[in-house]
Amino acid sequence: MSVDISSRPLVNAEAEAVAGTAGAGASRRARHRLESESRGFTSEFDRRRPAIRWARRAVQIALLIFLLIGALGPLLWLAKSAVTPTQDTLRHPMSIWPHGADWVNLKTAWVDLHLGRYFVNTLIIAFGSWATQMIVATTAGYALSILRPRYGRFLYAMVLATMFVPTVVLLVPLYLTVLDMPVAHVSLINTFWAAFLPAGASAFNVAIMKRFFDNLPTEIIEAARVDGAGDFRMFRSIVLPMSRPVLGVVSVFAVLAAWKDFIWPLIVLPDPSKQPLSVRLPALSQTTELDIFLAALLISTSIPIVFFLIFQRFFLRGGGLDGAVKG
Amino acid sequence: MTLAEPVSGPRRHLSALRGEAGALVFLLPLLLVFGLFSWWPIIRTVVMSFQTTNLVEPAHWVGLDNFREVLSDPLLPTAIKNTCYFALLAFVFGYPVPLVMAVIMSDLRRLRGVYTVLAYLPVVVPPAVAVLLWRVFYDAAPGGVFNTILGWIGIGPVPWLESAHVVMPSLVLEATWAAAGGTVIIYLAALVSVPPELYDAAEVDGAGILRKIRHVTMPHLRGIMLITLILQIIGTAQVFLEPYLFTDGGPDNSSLTVLLLIYNYAFGSTTGNSNYGDATALSLLLAATLAIMSLIYFRVTRSWSDS
Repeated sequence: MSVDISSRPLVNAEAEAVAGTAGAGASRRARHRLESESRGFTSEFDRRRPAIRWARRAVQIALLIFLLIGALGPLLWLAKSAVTPTQDTLRHPMSIWPHGADWVNLKTAWVDLHLGRYFVNTLIIAFGSWATQMIVATTAGYALSILRPRYGRFLYAMVLATMFVPTVVLLVPLYLTVLDMPVAHVSLINTFWAAFLPAGASAFNVAIMKRFFDNLPTEIIEAARVDGAGDFRMFRSIVLPMSRPVLGVVSVFAVLAAWKDFIWPLIVLPDPSKQPLSVRLPALSQTTELDIFLAALLISTSIPIVFFLIFQRFFLRGGGLDGAVKG
Repeated sequence: MTLAEPVSGPRRHLSALRGEAGALVFLLPLLLVFGLFSWWPIIRTVVMSFQTTNLVEPAHWVGLDNFREVLSDPLLPTAIKNTCYFALLAFVFGYPVPLVMAVIMSDLRRLRGVYTVLAYLPVVVPPAVAVLLWRVFYDAAPGGVFNTILGWIGIGPVPWLESAHVVMPSLVLEATWAAAGGTVIIYLAALVSVPPELYDAAEVDGAGILRKIRHVTMPHLRGIMLITLILQIIGTAQVFLEPYLFTDGGPDNSSLTVLLLIYNYAFGSTTGNSNYGDATALSLLLAATLAIMSLIYFRVTRSWSDS
């Protein structure tokens, strides 16, 4: 559920891109060379002409200002207002601390709103979602790419077919499935399992893993097999260690998607004490004073931002894995 | 050196069988998770759309009643109109923005990383947080954040979320802010692969910058632009979070979207009388519409690229 459906049709092109840039054969140096060879639409010659040089610089600076105001601006405003008394924010929303900063807001939000609990809930869901996606995608990719059972093609087609079903369509039947699990007849509502297990059914992940494993050098796999490595040994000691780049890309997107997910945890976790931050925040907005609420928003958004800044390499290499447009 | 003994018929058969069984062990997580959370619900959608399900009595078949009910709901035309309006606004305002940004950024040499991180930052913000923050920006009072800024140049105050005419553009503005960075990354990835020789050749032929962008850069992006367009249409057709959190469909249903209507059928009833049959029927209709649109779209664009 948490992997954005809108990204799915991109799978072929993007899987190739991930497999290609992060591929086993492509060393960092080769990639670097590739990047420095690519060029923009201006040439040395163009850039030497003063009119073009100035026009180009003006456009680039205009874009930088646009990004600073448009993309970063709202977040900076949030950071400022989170530590500003409510009355100042209401009266002078655009001035910077007319009556001083109120740093205690952050602590109040964390303690009084019990953000710690929802934070832990979010972490559990993100971890569970990551683990489920990794287990399903790596084992399936390995079986479909390296072991290749006879029914593999059919199964892979069945997996890819689910890409064409928008997540939305499954909302209600998926909810009813979780409410009364087939065979076992237990309800997973209000359990974290309900929030993260369905995320494992991501055809996109399976396709990326399979394509990456397809591109692993066959000599190594065959050599391991000749040396008597069993299926499990080969999976653990050969295939997984060689796949770190793609595991990284799939991991960061799995964690971020779980952190961003809203509608599915909203439906399956009606118990407030089980809800993640993003589901709990709208309810808190009605009962909390503005400055404390903005502090809560700042805390909730700073974690994914720090996560992104640390792992930006994976995000930006993964290209548009997160989807072009959100639903 | 002895040659490996040729594997004889029965032995090969045995090892093949063992291979199949071994693969099955590795496929178990896939079969379980996809079976329970993807294939089974897909089958169930189709079944349920022809049934009445209310979790109290056993489900029973009602033929096309759910579809009839959904199609005669007076709110459906409103929801379709609003969803199309949202998609149109998102196309007009949201589609060119990432494209222009990516083309400019592709010509950067040193600071491209800084630009990219800045552009991607809003994508990382959890959508619920983004909407709640923008709800504060959209305060209709003259002292609201956006109205204060507009006040500097003598415009407003604008009733961002309170007026039936302004509410949709407001939702689209926030949605574009939240999503544009992801599309920029897709375009940038495509632009890195423009063969430098093409630019060199264009320069030899005396092409200026604008002609290079028009005849080298843009044609290279055409394929990915078609994909991002269909993704955007599919994405905006399923818009839910913005109308749900900003306005809950209001004012006066002017931001009620198809997905919000589906959600209300299933989970939104105050009387606890969930109508799962209607919800799945409308979901199926939405999915079918999207599938047909994608199909036509790919047919048409293929015949364009062939000619």
